[in-house]
Amino acid sequence: MIKKTRRTALALVGGAVSIGLLLTGCTPSSGGGGSTENVSQDDIDKAMTTPTKLTFWTWVPDIENEVKLFEEKYPAIDVTVENVGQGLPHYQKLRSAIEAGEGAPDVAQLEYQYIPSFVLNESLLDLTPYGADDLSGDYVDWAWKQVSPADEVWAIPQDVGPMGNLYREDILTAAGITEPPATWDDYAVAAKAVKEKTGSYISNLGATQAGQMIGFFWQAGVKPFGYDGKETVKIDVNSDDAKKVASYWTDLVQQDLISTDVDFQDQWYQGLASGKYAGWLTAAWGPIFLQGTAESTSGLWRAAPLPQWSDGEEVSGNWGGSSDAVLASSKNPIAAYELAKFINNDEPSAMKLATEQFLFPPQVSVLEDPAFVDQESEFYGGQKVNSLFADISKTVDTDFEWLPFMDYVYSTYEETMGTVIADKGDIAAALDEWQDQLVKYAEDQGFTVE
Amino acid sequence: MSHSPTLSDERTRTAPPSRRPTNTTQRRQRRAAYLFLLPFGVVFVTMLVVPLAYAGYLSLFESKLIGGEAFAGLANYGRALTDPKFLEGLGRVGLFFIVQVPIMLGLALFFALALDSARARGSKAIRLLIYMPYAVPAVVATLMWGYLYGPDFGPIAQIARAVGFGTPDFLSADSILGSMMNIVTWEFVGYNMIIMYAALRSIPAELYEAAEIDGAGQFRLAWSVKIPAIRPAIMLTVIFSIIGSFQLFAEPSLLNAIAPDAITTSFTPNYYAYNLAFINQELTYAAAIAFLLGIVIAVVSYVVQLAEQRRERQEMRQS
Repeated sequence: MIKKTRRTALALVGGAVSIGLLLTGCTPSSGGGGSTENVSQDDIDKAMTTPTKLTFWTWVPDIENEVKLFEEKYPAIDVTVENVGQGLPHYQKLRSAIEAGEGAPDVAQLEYQYIPSFVLNESLLDLTPYGADDLSGDYVDWAWKQVSPADEVWAIPQDVGPMGNLYREDILTAAGITEPPATWDDYAVAAKAVKEKTGSYISNLGATQAGQMIGFFWQAGVKPFGYDGKETVKIDVNSDDAKKVASYWTDLVQQDLISTDVDFQDQWYQGLASGKYAGWLTAAWGPIFLQGTAESTSGLWRAAPLPQWSDGEEVSGNWGGSSDAVLASSKNPIAAYELAKFINNDEPSAMKLATEQFLFPPQVSVLEDPAFVDQESEFYGGQKVNSLFADISKTVDTDFEWLPFMDYVYSTYEETMGTVIADKGDIAAALDEWQDQLVKYAEDQGFTVE
Repeated sequence: MSHSPTLSDERTRTAPPSRRPTNTTQRRQRRAAYLFLLPFGVVFVTMLVVPLAYAGYLSLFESKLIGGEAFAGLANYGRALTDPKFLEGLGRVGLFFIVQVPIMLGLALFFALALDSARARGSKAIRLLIYMPYAVPAVVATLMWGYLYGPDFGPIAQIARAVGFGTPDFLSADSILGSMMNIVTWEFVGYNMIIMYAALRSIPAELYEAAEIDGAGQFRLAWSVKIPAIRPAIMLTVIFSIIGSFQLFAEPSLLNAIAPDAITTSFTPNYYAYNLAFINQELTYAAAIAFLLGIVIAVVSYVVQLAEQRRERQEMRQS
């Protein structure tokens, strides 16, 4: 028996630590950046005609169609598209591969807020020597700023999420509201009317959805984060402006005029379809998403800009969106850059992304293309939703930065803010705790906190 | 009724086999045995021993996003032992073990005995039904229960509302551990039942005959013959359950999606280690937590076994 115990014990310890082992390649990634010398056209021509294999990690469904266009143009290049999971699992695998020193793709999809964390450990290739600077004019300013916070360009923008207000016209009308609320004050008044007259919530504030709250902050001009690309970070999630936003929501939550269900879960999907929520404050990717989720309510929805903090203003924030970056470890950087560029910049490919995959485009040319903006959406009663969000896209504040450890930022949001929102507590007070945890983590990790 | 023989009686009766090879045939056989063991040995060393040693080595370092790794001795262990998140998580799985395991194993034993007594009609079908949840992956089971627990559209809540009991909240911070116990019990009763049932089937028929001659009824038979006879099997399920409880991971990590405010990143030690490694990017600290958890499990398993052995010895002395 004793022998057996020992064996079991050993197995136990093994099982327990195996998690820690997945990531333990100790070689640091080879320094990013690369040479600052510009790549010549000859180099590019040579690279694009030499038989090459590329790996591309992305979770965009059917992006193989866009890749096919690339392969048709450059028959020598063979691209393998791999979907290793969406969001967190994707980044975890990417980090594991980078840490292990092998297995990382040449090109990887990155949401904007994760770019700094990969810049931090020098995993991304600076794309300026490859001519990425020339693309800056092709994109809306704030989207370009997301991929090139300083002099380098770390990725090519793929899609963005400027925020707007999707609402059920029938429910709002039943509550006596004929126009979408223009200001947040109007919105609060409308919330009361909707709840009292129809029993619905005017919208849902996802208790643990940091992305949505940060989008509201963005709109209100809050600059909670900053990163200089080296060792200094700015953390200011509990500024007065942030507290103004938090207090506003505290008020609505405590009066039970806004529900706080966890979003993107069964409960929430059903709430959208059943009229439990009369609206959804979401991003430009929301309209298409909702169309799939709440199919049975087709024709009842409308889209409008976010309510404003002061009358007559036109400001929005961003929630989500992603880019394609080239990893510093890529052995074929030129071909990899050309792939990232082609997918998101080549006219037919970019148009396909916007109209077939419904990624909301950051490119100015697509945002102005009648084929895109003039689409009438039946789900929204024939409204030109793309056109509306294209206009909103121009109103997003340019200077919004992220911390190089957004995974941690989101997970602590869940534990501090999320719990308080779910318990209908004081959200503004929770900001202080969130701030404390972020500062402590940053200092423990060796950052200088501004 | 006479004392029934237990496994330890058997063991004391068997003399240990001679270890010294006496002739060439035996030597050759031994070589063949080692050869057969080789594949296992290779996998065991490369997949378990080496990674284990490496994790142990890693846990001695401190890693930072700025500044990288530096040798830190036992600092990570010191930090873990005073880390309230780790200790709370440990307490939580300890509570889970104390409450859930007796319920689960009690049910498993009851079903095993019921099936074995052959009183139940259609016992094969029942056996399969009870075992079936184990064939459902933990991921699927958790998603399924997550749906059943739903406060708005979950069937349990709907029924409760229909009969006027209000809406039970299975996913609140106070009730989530109980909800998780229910899922794990549902999943593993059948598995443990099969282990016990298999052991019951191997009890020699003479024992039953002897008990019958002594005039024992079904209940007496179960209590005085069957349960003592399958004690090693029960012990095995206890040990498995210790491991399972302390390593609880799939359930919290999946329920986190629907009850994120009830399940913290450090809800169980294993989930904490995972989040440390993959969210906080504190690999070396995660390795230390995982190592400590392994030690805790080893100690608890050992203490439970030791207690069982002591009890067995005491019983022998009494008889």
